[in-house]
Amino acid sequence: MRGWRTLGILVGAVVLLLFPLVLEQYKLYLASLTLVYLILAIGLNLTLGYAGQISLAHAGFMSFGAYAVAILVPLGVPFEGGLVVGVVIAFLWGLVLGFPALKVKHHYLAMVTLGFNIIVFLVLRNWESLTGGSFGISGIARPRWGPVRFQSDRAYYYYILGWTVLVVASAHWILHSRWGRAFRSIRENEMRAEVVGVSLRNYKLMAFAIGSAYAGVGGALFAPLLTYIDPGAFTLDRSIQFLMMVVMGGLGRFEGPFLGAVVVTLLPELLRASEGFYLIIFSLAVILMMLFMPKGLVEIWDWMVRKLTAQRLDPARPPAPPEPAAVLEPK
Amino acid sequence: MSFMEIRQLSKNFYHLSALSLVSLSVEPGELLGLIGPNGSGKTTLFNCVTGVLRPSGGQVRFKGEDITKLSADAVYHRGISRTFQLIQLFPEMTVLENLLMAAQERQGTLLSRLLRRDETAEMDRALKLVDYLGLFGVKDNLAANLSYGQQKLLDFGMALMPNPQLILLDEPMAGVNPTMIKALVTHIQDLNAQGYTFVVIEHNMEVVMSLCRRIVVLSQGEKIAEGTPAEIHDNPAVMDAYFGT
Amino acid sequence: MTDVFQLLVAGLSIGSIYAMAAIGFVLLWQTSNTINFAQGEFVVLPAFVMVLFLTVFRFPFAAALVATVIVSTLLLGLLVKKVLVERLLKMGVLPLVIATIGLSMLIRYSLQQFWTPLALPFPAIFSRQPIRVGGVIFSSEEVMNVLSAAIVIGTLQLLIRRTKLGWAMQAVAQNRDLASVLGINVSRLVGVTFMLNAALTAVAAVLIAPVYLVKYDIGIGIGLKAFYAAIIGGFNQIRGALLGGLLVGLVETYSAAYISNQFRDAFALVILIGVLLLKPEGLLGIKEEWA
Repeated sequence: MRGWRTLGILVGAVVLLLFPLVLEQYKLYLASLTLVYLILAIGLNLTLGYAGQISLAHAGFMSFGAYAVAILVPLGVPFEGGLVVGVVIAFLWGLVLGFPALKVKHHYLAMVTLGFNIIVFLVLRNWESLTGGSFGISGIARPRWGPVRFQSDRAYYYYILGWTVLVVASAHWILHSRWGRAFRSIRENEMRAEVVGVSLRNYKLMAFAIGSAYAGVGGALFAPLLTYIDPGAFTLDRSIQFLMMVVMGGLGRFEGPFLGAVVVTLLPELLRASEGFYLIIFSLAVILMMLFMPKGLVEIWDWMVRKLTAQRLDPARPPAPPEPAAVLEPK
Repeated sequence: MSFMEIRQLSKNFYHLSALSLVSLSVEPGELLGLIGPNGSGKTTLFNCVTGVLRPSGGQVRFKGEDITKLSADAVYHRGISRTFQLIQLFPEMTVLENLLMAAQERQGTLLSRLLRRDETAEMDRALKLVDYLGLFGVKDNLAANLSYGQQKLLDFGMALMPNPQLILLDEPMAGVNPTMIKALVTHIQDLNAQGYTFVVIEHNMEVVMSLCRRIVVLSQGEKIAEGTPAEIHDNPAVMDAYFGT
Repeated sequence: MTDVFQLLVAGLSIGSIYAMAAIGFVLLWQTSNTINFAQGEFVVLPAFVMVLFLTVFRFPFAAALVATVIVSTLLLGLLVKKVLVERLLKMGVLPLVIATIGLSMLIRYSLQQFWTPLALPFPAIFSRQPIRVGGVIFSSEEVMNVLSAAIVIGTLQLLIRRTKLGWAMQAVAQNRDLASVLGINVSRLVGVTFMLNAALTAVAAVLIAPVYLVKYDIGIGIGLKAFYAAIIGGFNQIRGALLGGLLVGLVETYSAAYISNQFRDAFALVILIGVLLLKPEGLLGIKEEWA
């Protein structure tokens, strides 16, 4: 199993590193966009997939990263500085949004987060002096490290890839710690979790804050990719798009966001050949996918892994245990 | 000083009085039985003690500390663990993960739980428990895929994992076959002999009478009797509560 | 000052239509835990169907209306329930939510592609003649809208309060398992609720079409407003959805008239924040106690 996984990662790395060298403009853009969406999907998967906290505010947090970069970089702040500011703001507001999550659940929480998204959108649209209002901000520069500029599409792709690797690694680190298990316990049985000592307050706040922080990273990388942002990029539609990615990919599974981001971003593009019909086919695909794979595309992934390794897959296998004592030893 | 003291505990749901001025105490090392007909408030009592419900009145003291208003996770940190009448597990986690989950929040800070990766001590304990409870064969199965009896054992195991001082068992024998009942009774007696304190809600009179040295009887939210099994057995009020007029 | 009354009626008029969509939305949630993201499209599709019956098949109005309601009930009620809801409900709320998102896209883009991306005119049902009451002028169309909605909603309330079916719906909404144990065929009831919703949205479609015009993408706005109405008014009561719908209609009408573009948003914002902070379960909603 280990062998296959390492092989898979190596192959993936090769594809991600070398493929862009042969891609031209639009396809390169799509690849970059998919990576950005992957980062956002990973964030939402943490909040919703692992911790079970529904959030329709993800696009709002994304906007913090995007606007931070768009506003600060022209003022002379290095890109990474703008990104950090955006992420910190997203993290803090994520904490704020976590508080209602302590009081309400499920559809109520959906509404509160939806409300937050709308509020952010309205503020972005009306605070013209800061955000340019409906006109947005254009000419967003890409990062540079002194003489090294990530201006070209290809160079910027690699920059985004670098951040993606950081996000994936950090998310893996967090989710495979006791925090990850605590998040899952909240999703699976919140009451029982509290009774075994899980501080719902701490973990729910963290779930929101960290998920939002990742959204901030994604937003910051998004802005220079399009070089132009306006409030319309951060509406409810966008939050729903991420929701789709996470659910269709596979909630609460580490592979989920990868599958979801790829499918939701690239499937419509693949279907573009059918011209006007592509959205119809895509929406049909969404419905069919939910009917036949309600747990997400990970179902196919699991099936493939099973076939390849002829072993049963458990979501988070504990390490192989040593031989236990034959008699119970007290306490 | 009693290990745990419940003073005049009351709980109302809108106009329904589920618990009314119930007082009882638990001595260290005891095996206390809590019985009463359905709806008498036994589980509500457990819920109030463990912070799942907020009492409407009264006080709960544990080792001298007032724990009445504490949240469930804070109560857990004080050393009280419990099982549930309707089994509450983490269905998509394996048996071992469920047990690890029962232990992980007991120690350390929030941050240390992120940074510290070593779980050998907890895993050792979990494996020993799994062995003790006879669950070794299913240790990597998802909790949702276990049989009812196995789930009950897992629930029991989770209550033992954090090395608690007081264990509240809510109908541990419900729906369990006679062989398993014997096994559970033996486990409880073993552990009690080692110093764990138990309060057990049960409907199975045989079990209660043989297991517990002292019994409290609730009926319609009030305590109506308290004493040894023999005393309870002969108490007409208890008969009345169960079979009623 | 007369303005205020005219706007009141106008606001109530559009609000009562939103209320119908919102009530259906809430009914679906109550009885089957379905958050129907396609509710807006459930209004748009019958509007198109109505146009079909009126212009292509040349039915007289009443016949077209009945035919539309029947088609809507079968297609958006029964069919959706059988194909989507039955299978997905047991998997939790989210897969069904995503499926309804897909459904909304499917309806919207199918209408755009297979019918027309343009707006279709819809004949006015009620005369647009002005009515004078003591110096104040109302549009009779608006008054008739309010009346029609009132009749429909009133009938619905009667249905829910006074009939066995209604009681069964209430039972299922409160405690699904218990209702099932008591002999209520929950699955059939959910089907009936879906059909009721489809009928409601069909009527809403007919009333709103003369005002909005019939275009493939108006569903987004309508669905969103139904959602807001349910949030503000309260998700677990029909009265809540009614109040929410009327409020949304009134706020929309009054702010369009009195508040300049800039502040219109701020106004909506304040109301939204207010409700979410002070009463997240909605103005008439009931807090669902957990433990």
